This record gives sequence, structure tokens and C-alpha cells, in this order.
Amino acid sequence: MSDQIAKLDSSKTSPSLVIQPQRGWVALELKDLWRYRDLLLILTWRDIKVRYAQTFLGAAWAVLQPLLTMAIFSLIFGKFAKLPSDGIPYPLFTFTALLPWQLFAFALTNASNSLINSEKLISKVYFPRLVIPISSVLPGLADFAISFIALIGMLIYYEVPLSARLLSLPVFLILAILSALAVGLWFSALNVEYRDIRYVVPFLTLFWQYATPIAYASSLIPEKWRLLYSLNPMTGVVEGFRWALLGGADLNKTVLVSALIIILLFLSGMAYFKRMESTFADVI
Amino acid sequence: MNNLAIRVENVGKQYKLGGKKTSYRTFREAILNSLTGPVRWLKGKQQPVETFWALRDVSFEINHGDAVGIIGRNGAGKSTLLKLLSRITNPTKGRIELYGRVASLLEVGTGFHPELSGRDNIYLNGAILGMSRLEIGRKFDEIVDFAEVEKFLDTPVKHYSSGMYVRLAFAVAAHLEPEILVVDEVLAVGDAEFQKKCLGKMDDVAKSGRTVLFVSHNMGAITQLCQNVILLNKGTLETFAKASDVVQQYLSSGGDTPDVSFDLSLKPNSAALIARVWLGGANGEPIPAADVNQSFAIGLELLVRRKISNAEISMRISNTLGQPLFTTNLSDESGTEKEFQAGNYKYLINIPMHFLAPDTYSINIAIHEPFVEVLDQHEQAMSFEIKETGSRMWRYNKLGYGNILVDFPWKEIS
Repeated sequence: MSDQIAKLDSSKTSPSLVIQPQRGWVALELKDLWRYRDLLLILTWRDIKVRYAQTFLGAAWAVLQPLLTMAIFSLIFGKFAKLPSDGIPYPLFTFTALLPWQLFAFALTNASNSLINSEKLISKVYFPRLVIPISSVLPGLADFAISFIALIGMLIYYEVPLSARLLSLPVFLILAILSALAVGLWFSALNVEYRDIRYVVPFLTLFWQYATPIAYASSLIPEKWRLLYSLNPMTGVVEGFRWALLGGADLNKTVLVSALIIILLFLSGMAYFKRMESTFADVI
Repeated sequence: MNNLAIRVENVGKQYKLGGKKTSYRTFREAILNSLTGPVRWLKGKQQPVETFWALRDVSFEINHGDAVGIIGRNGAGKSTLLKLLSRITNPTKGRIELYGRVASLLEVGTGFHPELSGRDNIYLNGAILGMSRLEIGRKFDEIVDFAEVEKFLDTPVKHYSSGMYVRLAFAVAAHLEPEILVVDEVLAVGDAEFQKKCLGKMDDVAKSGRTVLFVSHNMGAITQLCQNVILLNKGTLETFAKASDVVQQYLSSGGDTPDVSFDLSLKPNSAALIARVWLGGANGEPIPAADVNQSFAIGLELLVRRKISNAEISMRISNTLGQPLFTTNLSDESGTEKEFQAGNYKYLINIPMHFLAPDTYSINIAIHEPFVEVLDQHEQAMSFEIKETGSRMWRYNKLGYGNILVDFPWKEIS
């Protein structure tokens, strides 16, 4: 309260807020976003709580999904197609990649639909709209944490030695979330005006999954296509996860390219989102 | 000394025509437009985008500690003004200066999640309205007390009665402590007891030196709560003056002649539209007010664009508190819905004398295919007054004896 009163006093001379027509590119107003950090947390927590509220198996779904996908991949790609897995047991190889991938795919889908699912909020109350896509990517971390326990179990089972590389895992985790948010910012804002996005996203994630080294090793890709291949930001994330958890050869520039792409997508997504923000309530 | 809370300067808001729902574009259109755009430009035939001004050239100033009402008919721009002040949408023109923290309450229970408990929803709703967790925690007990829901705090709100739901929602909002509070017609919900409580709370807010902006159709609440009132008419500010004066002007004069024609271009695709509603004498001739000792009529004009097979027209009459008194339907006598061919239709709905008590009433009107589609609808389409010209109850006028006049027989029995 004390800062509010201070605000009121200083308001004797200048307004605390000026509302004017907005056109073109605008500032990101991160300070405003920071003021609403509690809303961000509460919305994230709501999504986590609500998602499993009426399911029979509850949080077990978080483990079941990647485990079942791993089983199918191991059978089809590992056993029948005999795809190379760089000398790592195939189930472990693919599960390590499925974790960040599912986090990404879930967060991306959520973020893309986040604005249109919050139509009522947007048309009835003001808060920085960035809160919506950001809070929609975070609940995926709860699922990730649960299935990560399963991964630890598998690492122990396959007797994989852990190294100091493990400490770099949070970096790749952040990259996974950031890339989902980056693409999600673009899609959520586009979705408000073009409802086609709703139909594009499921198809895109399916396509994207096969363009990412989840079921196979990226060593499968011919050298001359590598640079193009690493433009997929999830390539770097998945390789980073394998590198940090399973060991193997040193990281190459793929990760760097991916990280650069992610940052570029993220900054442009933020800028586009802020530019469109003032029209959301009118169009949605 | 500068004690300014809000300054609004030449503010205008323009919307694209065609209604909200049809304005989503598809990729195909966007791509087609960008392809054909240059050609159209070369031909010098830039396709005009149809627009309308929901608000234009509105200017006013409000000081700290003032409680100001905003009144006006449907489409006058009240909601648009509130949305601009609460930053939900941006003005097309002009400038708004706000001095102090603003909280807006355009709907009760925004963001409430049915699966979550009352406790969780207090935090959720509080955060949405701009409170921090700390602030909510500090006021938690007060909120629960005000809402009277202690026993159900851990029950998901989907199991709440609508009364409890509204009480909880308003309680959260009522404990915001902004310097400027913007409130839409949220008091139309809840029972009379609770409405009184809400009004009391808003009165407290105003008395504690904060600024309240309040939109309502309830003229009683407006005059009770506000010193000054803004009257909007078709997007422009008509009057900004002392509450009782403006309300009187609104209810009696040209600002609210009980004869309303609606803009038919707003819904270019609807199969049927309500074109005009008016207050008439027994034969339909327009009159400024009804007389309790005379029968009168509500006139209705329709435009039907395409054949509709099962149409129903319903008219609901409500009192000044917004409480519905009765609904009358086109099918009440025939028992079946009507088939309409394209064309214009006129109806007179006769209301007998000595039935409605002298007071102000409002009309909600809708043309719809029951349980299928609402073709056109006007909430608060029109309000009208029935003058006290000497009814049986005249001595009890304004004592709140009710809205219906009756002459039931009383028999003394032993």
C-alpha cells in the first residue's frame, strides 16, 4: 500500500497512466509484466491443479504418455527398423529425447490456444496479455518433473554413469520452454485473428516431431544437410539433453545455432505479440 | 491544487463493422487480399472498410473522491467508455490520463474456475483483478466474511448456488483498494439484500475519498450513489451534471423518448430484426408517458429479411432494479410459433390500465427460434414511465409497495 500512496502523491503533477491510440511497434513494458508476477504464478498453478482434477489416473498421465511412446518407438524404430542409437540402449536413447520434446509440444499447443481460450478474461479485465501465453507454457514443467523421476530410474537401471555435464541440464530445459514460448507467442497472437492456427498446430507438432532427432540419432542426417537441420531449435535441445545425461561426443555447433534461432524467434515473438496486443480485445 | 483523477480528452473509438464474431479472418482471405490489393490499388478502387464510431469526441474530467454515474441507452457507448478507461481496449483517437491505480469490475467473477474451491478462486480472481498474493492473504478473512461462504470454502464453486457464487465474486472485487474504481452494471445480479450490501460497499469506497465510476440502468442506485452523472447518447457525451438533474433529463426528455428505432445495418446477416419499439396509446399513437388510469400499448416493428419458419417474439418487462416482472410472447394466444415471410411487420401489445403500478419500467425484447437461435435481441430496448394520476395506491407512492396493482377481494370471516 505504501507505494500506492506515494504514487498518489506524485500524481498531483503528472498522470500515473496515459492511454493513447497505439500504432506500430511498442515497448515491451516488462515492468508492468513484473507487477503481475503473482497472476502469472497463480494462473500456472490453476492450470496444473485443474488439468488433473477430473482424471482418473491423475498425474500418472505425465509418465504414461512418454513411457508408452517410448515403448512403441522402441518396438518399431529400435527393434524392427533397427535405427542407430549411437550405442545407447534404444529405450533410454529415445526416452531422454521424448522428455524435452513432450514438454515442448505440450507447451506449444497450450500457448498457441492460450489467448482464444482466455477470451472472457481478455474482454473483461486488463492485465499484461503476455501473462497468458507465459503462464500456459509453465504447467508442462510439472509433467516434466514427474517423468524425470522415471528417467532417473532408467538411468540407474541401465547403469549410466552421471557426469558434471548434468549441471548444464537446466540450460537445455530453459531452451525447450523458451522455444515453445517463442513459437507460442507468434501462434497465439496470430490465432486471435486467424483461427486457422488451431488446425495448423496439431499437424505442425506431428511433422516437427519427425524433424527432431527423437526416434533416431542426428548422425543419420547427411553432413551437408546438418546446418539446415540444426535450424530446428529442438534439435539442439534434444542433443543437449542426450549430451548432458547420456554422455557421448562433445557438443557441436548445432546447439549454438539452435539457441540463436530460439532467441531470435523469442524476441520477434515478443515484439509481434506486443504490437498486436491492443487489438486482442476488439477482435477476439 | 490539482486534485484530478481522470482526464478524458477528445476520445473516440472506432470499430470495424460486421459484428465481433464475423471479423476473424482466415488465411485464405488474408492471402487473397494481399494478392489482389495492389491490383485494386492500381485501379484506384480501394475497398472501403465499413466502420462506426462507438464513441466520439468525448471529453470530461473527474476529481479524486467523486462518484460519477454513467447512463445512456443501449449502444450509447457506456461499455466502450468503461473498456477504454480500464485499458481493455485502446482508443482510436484522443487521450486519457489516469492519476492513480485503476481497478475495473466489468463482470462479476471474471476468471472463476468451476473446478476450483472457493478458497482457490479468491486467490485466482484477486490476482486477475490486480491484487498481489500478499494483499489477498491479508484481506482473505474479510472477503470470506463479506461473502458469507465460510462453510463452503473448500467446495468447488461449481457446486455453489448462483447466489453464493455472485456473493463470493463481488466480495473479492469489493476488497480491491484502487484509487479509481470502474464498475459496470454488476449489481443486476444477486438478491435485493445483497444488492443493498454491494451498494453500501461502493458508497464506503466513494466516501473514503476514492473515485468511483459506475454504469447502471438502475436510476435509484445512480442517484443514491453518485453526485454527478454523465449521459451518453449515440457515442457522444450529452450532459455531465448533477445526478438528479441528469437522471430526470434522461427519463423524461428527448434523451429517452419512449420511441426507439434501431440501426439495421449493424446486423447485416440476421434473418429478422427488431426495427422499432415505442410507447403508444391504446391505438398505437406515440405518447411520452403512460397514465395509470389509461390502457396503453407497446408498439413493435420488425424487418424480416428471409423466411423463418418457427419464430417467436418475446417481450419482458422489468422494474428499475432490473427485476423481471413478466414476459409476454407472440405465441401466448395461438400456442404455436409463427412462420414469417420476408417483409415488414407491426404489432401492438396492449397493456390494461390498473395493472402496472406508477413507476419506470424497461423492456427487453427478442425475436428468436425457441432453443435454436436468437435472431435479434435488445436488452433495455426502451424504458417508459407510468404516471401516477390517482390510483388506489397513490398515497403510498414511492414507498415500494410493489409493481402490480391488484383488487383482490377481502372477506371477513368469523
